[in-house]
Amino acid sequence: MSFNPKHILGIKDLSADEINFILDTADSFKEINTRDIKKVPTLRGKTIVNLFFEASTRTRTSFEIAGKRLSADTVNISASSSSVVKGETLEDTAQNIEAMHPDIIVMRHSASGSCDYLAERLNCSVINAGDGTHEHPSQALLDAFTIRQHKGAIEGLTVTIAGDITHSRVVRSNIYCLKKLGAKVRIAGPRTMVPPGIEKLGCEVYYNLKEAVTDADCVMMLRIQRERQGATLIPSVREYARYFGLNEEKLKLAKKDAIVMHPGPINRGVELASAVADGSQNVILDQVENGVAVRMALLYLVAGGEKLQQD
Amino acid sequence: METETIEILDNDGINRALTRIAHEILEKNKGSEDLVLIGIRTGGAYLATELHKKLTQIEGQDIPLGMIDVTMYRDDLASRNNLAVGQTDISFPVSNKKIILVDDVLFTGRTIRAAMDAVMDLGRPQNMQLAILVDRGHRELPIRPDFIGRNLPTARNEQIEVDFDEKNIPQAVFLLRS
Amino acid sequence: MKILVKSGRVIDPANKIDEKLDILIVDGKIAELAANIDAGDCEVINAAGLLVTPGLVDIHVHLRDPGQEYKEDIISGTRAAAAGGVTSIACMPNTSPVNDNLAVTKYIISKAREQGSANVFPIGCVTKGMKGEILSEMGELQEGGCVGFSDDGLPIKDGEMMRRALEYAATFDAPIFTHAEDLSLVAGGAMNEGSVSTELGLKGIPWVAEDAATAREIMLAEFTGGRLHVCHVSTKGSVELVRQAKARGVRVTCEATPHHFMLTDEAVRGYNTNAKMNPPLRSQVDVDAVRAGLADGTIDAIATDHAPHHRDEKNVEFAIAMNGIIGLETLLPLSLKLVGEKVLSLTQAIALTTCRPADILGIDRGTLSVGAVADIVLINPNKEWTVKAEELQSKSKNSPWIGATMKGLAVKTLLAGKVVHSRD
Repeated sequence: MSFNPKHILGIKDLSADEINFILDTADSFKEINTRDIKKVPTLRGKTIVNLFFEASTRTRTSFEIAGKRLSADTVNISASSSSVVKGETLEDTAQNIEAMHPDIIVMRHSASGSCDYLAERLNCSVINAGDGTHEHPSQALLDAFTIRQHKGAIEGLTVTIAGDITHSRVVRSNIYCLKKLGAKVRIAGPRTMVPPGIEKLGCEVYYNLKEAVTDADCVMMLRIQRERQGATLIPSVREYARYFGLNEEKLKLAKKDAIVMHPGPINRGVELASAVADGSQNVILDQVENGVAVRMALLYLVAGGEKLQQD
Repeated sequence: METETIEILDNDGINRALTRIAHEILEKNKGSEDLVLIGIRTGGAYLATELHKKLTQIEGQDIPLGMIDVTMYRDDLASRNNLAVGQTDISFPVSNKKIILVDDVLFTGRTIRAAMDAVMDLGRPQNMQLAILVDRGHRELPIRPDFIGRNLPTARNEQIEVDFDEKNIPQAVFLLRS
Repeated sequence: MKILVKSGRVIDPANKIDEKLDILIVDGKIAELAANIDAGDCEVINAAGLLVTPGLVDIHVHLRDPGQEYKEDIISGTRAAAAGGVTSIACMPNTSPVNDNLAVTKYIISKAREQGSANVFPIGCVTKGMKGEILSEMGELQEGGCVGFSDDGLPIKDGEMMRRALEYAATFDAPIFTHAEDLSLVAGGAMNEGSVSTELGLKGIPWVAEDAATAREIMLAEFTGGRLHVCHVSTKGSVELVRQAKARGVRVTCEATPHHFMLTDEAVRGYNTNAKMNPPLRSQVDVDAVRAGLADGTIDAIATDHAPHHRDEKNVEFAIAMNGIIGLETLLPLSLKLVGEKVLSLTQAIALTTCRPADILGIDRGTLSVGAVADIVLINPNKEWTVKAEELQSKSKNSPWIGATMKGLAVKTLLAGKVVHSRD
């Protein structure tokens, strides 16, 4: 099959075949990351702008390395050094960047829908590196890639995602991705952190982490934003850890060979007990490693084909 | 339009050509020391596997065999739809080795250029040689094969097709003329 | 000066008229309604095949004048009204400066009178500066022409303040228009809270934010005996609260907007900022409840909450886009659509956009009674037309219906007997 996306804005609009094509492509790129000379000329002459309106060392670095290993020229623009502080609108900022003819803009922004907004208004390709609490497609793809690596296939697996579901773009993208690939998805969190109608995305909702992890093949813990404690959502990090943190005892309820994932950065002792974070079941560093290969695949796929000349 | 299909080589013909190439490789390199085979995906990889069998048979010892996918090194990314990127699988160091690149059909030479770049990114070989089953002409780059199964001057609009069976064993070479 | 509107189907719900009649206008007033009037030498407007109704009355409009004329002004806003068959509008006071003093009220009235294409009835602020702290001088404002009071856009948070506002306004028999919303429950939301907001990752506004506030306002109206008008009811709960209150005899009226009976939060998909308003587009259950409220009389008026915004204020990320859409030029066809969908009778639809809203304000408009000012609209109910941004009279084009096909068009609008809009 051939897959020539102009943009990667979310998982929602991708088919299972397209997702698998991305993962297979990533598989091929993964080998480059273990070479002495970690570079191929695939995107030579292409310019990639990493436009980050929110701090994100991990995702930005991953995209930057991915671009560089494909020989693209990558430029990082972060909100602090951009014109945003001068009150420029997103459209104006983007048009200014586009006037410099980048081929791909990788954007992280705090507003849900901002990548769709950008894609509607620009000619270059847009890759969503996380928009508000909407989608984070590259994270979901690297998660699927990591699960596939450890479990062989995703179909038929039970994946539990726990934490602040309401404020997580990772959750939404992961539910779409894992459902399309045939997994059963459970989500878990305190009721204050589970948004209404989330089950319509195709997941089962739990308010008890022990029940949610029972017999799971994969447990994905989300980062709790410490600043949310003491607000209206949770009384304290301490209480959160007690009921919704993953410790060895709760992990024992999952399948023996269950893997533990986390999009990072981890709050040790909050959503993940140190013993679990350092345990043999965690594949968190594999996620980070695979992130580069998956992002190489995304950059390759949006850069190819004749669509860059179109519209 | 009708497409005319002409068989150029049958199974036996391919077999004989590969056997001859195997002998030529060993003769030119004075044995199999430092020799490694790298097939270019997909057809070249299948042929390399066959050639590897023959070389191992003749020499009585294993010669390293690797596969390379050149998609990442192609020069036409912007002008075509995305091709699936295949796996590169070379589990041995290439530095100071004599590399035999294997492909099925030699045409413009662009794939070989990409393959050479791909191998060079993995290390610094002693030298690189090129073995191909069919040379159909129309080179666009200064590339010349060292070992040739069959020279077959073609018209530009003609196509060469190498058929493999389900076990990836080469069965026949056809010239398609439309 | 005599004008004869001939052979139209005259619908005047206030007078229970629905028949083919001629209307004779003399000196801007309705002089006679009868079949086959022979008026001798006069201007004749042929209304054969058309509906002839009172000019529409829209009691919830933001004219943005003074202060935000880049969005709309009294001239463009009243032109948009005339184009939509609307002859009387009540304009909200959240201008810049706000309409909490006689100077602003008089400015609006005189500019509308001199340059406007529709009657403009200002609504004054409930509290000075719309700050919710000190009552505005309602008596004087009313004398100056204000027909009601509202801090629209902002709810009055303080219970005591709202109580006193209702009591004080009742002194002058003026209604308080409430934007009923508990802001602590809105908590920064950008759209209706539900499965769509969850999917789009946008912070939701729960229905209880409106219901809880509506309940308080109704209780206070009941307690004080004041006149309460609930603006833009959008939830099943608030319609029901008003229904129950009316049954108890509370002096409460309410309005609903076309967007709240035509669209659900599904319209937000694609981060369409022209589907962003406050109160937000709700669920189908709520739309059905609003329609039922219109049908059974719980809801007294269809009002547009015409809220013009500049392109730059809508052409941004959804979360920071301004709330509201324009509505004057689509009010008529969207109201008639409820007739086509058998939610309302034609008479009901006309009543909800003419005499009933006029009654809320206590203004002598919205009827075709003999002696009344000749504000009349001629409607081609079957005319299909496409909403085009460049054809809208409003300065702003923030409508979710741009490109949509509408059925029903105001072909002629008469303001005190003078043609202020004509389109075929």
